[in-house]
Amino acid sequence: MSYFVRHAQVLLSSLGQLARAPGSTLMTVCAIGITLALPTLLYLLVENVENVSRNWQGRAQVSVFLKLDATTQQAQNLERELAQRAEVESSQLITAQQALEEFRAQSGFGVALDILSDNPLPASILLHLNSDYNQPSAIEGLIAEINSRPEVDLAQWDMAWIKRLHVILKLVERSVALLAVLLVLAVVIIISNTIRLAIMNRRDEIEIMKLIGATERFIRRPFLYGGVLQGLLGALCAGAIVSVCVRLLRDPIAELVMLYHGDFTTSGIDLRAFAALLVAGAALGWLAARAAVGRYLSKIEPK
Amino acid sequence: MIRFAQVSKRYESGHDALKNVSFHLDKQEMVFLIGRSGAGKSTLLKLITRVESATRGQLIVNERNITRLTRRQVPYLRREIGVVFQDHKLLHDRTVFDNVALPLVVAGVGHRETSRRVRAALDKVDLLGKERLYPIMLSGGEQQRVGIARAVVNRPPILLADEPTGNLDPELSDEIMDIFHQFYQFGVTVLIATHEHRHIDRLNKRVLELEQGRLVRGGDEQAEP
Repeated sequence: MSYFVRHAQVLLSSLGQLARAPGSTLMTVCAIGITLALPTLLYLLVENVENVSRNWQGRAQVSVFLKLDATTQQAQNLERELAQRAEVESSQLITAQQALEEFRAQSGFGVALDILSDNPLPASILLHLNSDYNQPSAIEGLIAEINSRPEVDLAQWDMAWIKRLHVILKLVERSVALLAVLLVLAVVIIISNTIRLAIMNRRDEIEIMKLIGATERFIRRPFLYGGVLQGLLGALCAGAIVSVCVRLLRDPIAELVMLYHGDFTTSGIDLRAFAALLVAGAALGWLAARAAVGRYLSKIEPK
Repeated sequence: MIRFAQVSKRYESGHDALKNVSFHLDKQEMVFLIGRSGAGKSTLLKLITRVESATRGQLIVNERNITRLTRRQVPYLRREIGVVFQDHKLLHDRTVFDNVALPLVVAGVGHRETSRRVRAALDKVDLLGKERLYPIMLSGGEQQRVGIARAVVNRPPILLADEPTGNLDPELSDEIMDIFHQFYQFGVTVLIATHEHRHIDRLNKRVLELEQGRLVRGGDEQAEP
C-alpha cells in the first residue's frame, strides 16, 4: 500500500472521528474560530487605518490662517509669494467667502450663519510641501517665518497629528502582536487539550495497538491529523466570523468616511490573508497535537 | 526459537517475579507453562513481548537478542509474536473483521491481502460468516477465537497465550486448546500459560513449571552464578 493512500485513509478516519462527536467538535472549532478571529480583526483594523493615513504620509501640509482683518488682496499676495518658495510644491487659497460657503454647505448651521452680520471665518492658505522637504526642524523654521508676518494669525503644521497617529498606530500594532501571541497560545492549549482527551478516551485501543506491534508513528498519526483538521476548521470558522464582522461594519464606516470627505473603502480579508489564516490554523493544530501526543502517548504502555 | 539464560526480573516495588530462569523452546514446539498464580507465568510471557524488560540475564527470541532493544525496535519484535490474552483484549467498537485485521493494518498490509488473510484466519478458528458482528454479540468462547485469529493473522512464528481458557467451561476450553494444537502442527512455536493440568495430560507436551519465580521443571541445566 502506498504511503499516500495510507495517509489519505488516516485523514478520512480522522474526519470520521470528528464527525462522530459533532457537538464537541463544533464547540472546539467555534472556540478556536473566535480565538483566531480576534487577532485577525485587529490586524484588519490596523491595516485599514494605515491605508487611510498612507495618503498623507510623506507630504507635509501647512495651513496658514490669516487675521480676520486681512484683505483678500493681502491673502492673494501672500499666497503668490509662498507658492514661489522652493519648499512649496503647491498652494491653495481659500478666501473668507469660500470658507463661509463651504462651512454653510457642510455644517448645517446655515441658518445660524445668516444671523451673523460678519463673516466669522478667516481666509486661509493651504501649502503642500515638497516631498523631499519633510524634516521636522526645517518645517518648523518655515512655520516660524510665516508666523512672524503681520497679516498671519496662525500657521500650523498638519503633520503633527499624523505623526502622533503613527506613534499610536505603532503602539496598537505592537499590542495586537502581543495579543495575537497570547491568543495563539490559547488555541494551542485548546487543541492540545482535546487531543489529550482523545488519547485518554482511546487508552485501551492504544494499548492494544502497541501490543500487536504498532509503531509510535502509526499510533501518533491519527491524532496529528485530528489536530491539523481542528486547526483548519477553526481557521475556516475564524474567516467566516471576520467576513461577517467586516460586512456588518462596512456601512457605518463608509458613512463615517463620507462625513470626512474621504474616498476610502474598508478592505476585508483578502485571499492571501485568508490563506495565511488557514496555514496558521493547520500549523497550530499540528503543533498542539504534537505537544499532546509527545506528552501523553508515550505514557500509555501495555501492562 | 525462545531462549532464556539466567533471566531475573525484579519489579520496582522490590518484588522478585523471576529468579535465574533458564530454558529454551525449539522451533515448532508446543510447551505448557504452569504454576500457581503469582508464580511468575505472566511476567515470563511479558518479557518475551518486551512489555517488561529483564533485570538480569539474556533473552533470545527468534534468533534475536532482545535484552537490549530500543523503543523503536519493540513494535517489530511484537509483529513476530502472536499473543492471546485471557481477557481477549478486543476493541468493542469494531467488527470482528476489523479486530482481526488490526495487526495487518498496523503493519501496512494492502487492502486486498488483508481481506484475504483475515478470512483465512477466521476460517481456521471456525468463525467465518461472523466478521460483520461486534465482539459483544459473541459468546466468551467465540470472543477468544477472535483473539486467536488476530494473534495468528500475520502468521507469526511464535504464539503465546496467557490463560487462554481461564473463563471457559471444559468443553470450550478443549476446543480452544485444539486450535492451538493445530497451529503447532502447522509449524508455529506455541507457549501456553495455564493452570489446567487436564490439557497437559490430554495433549502430552513438554511442561515448564514455575514456583515462586524459580523454574522447577523443564528448564535448562545451568550452573548457579
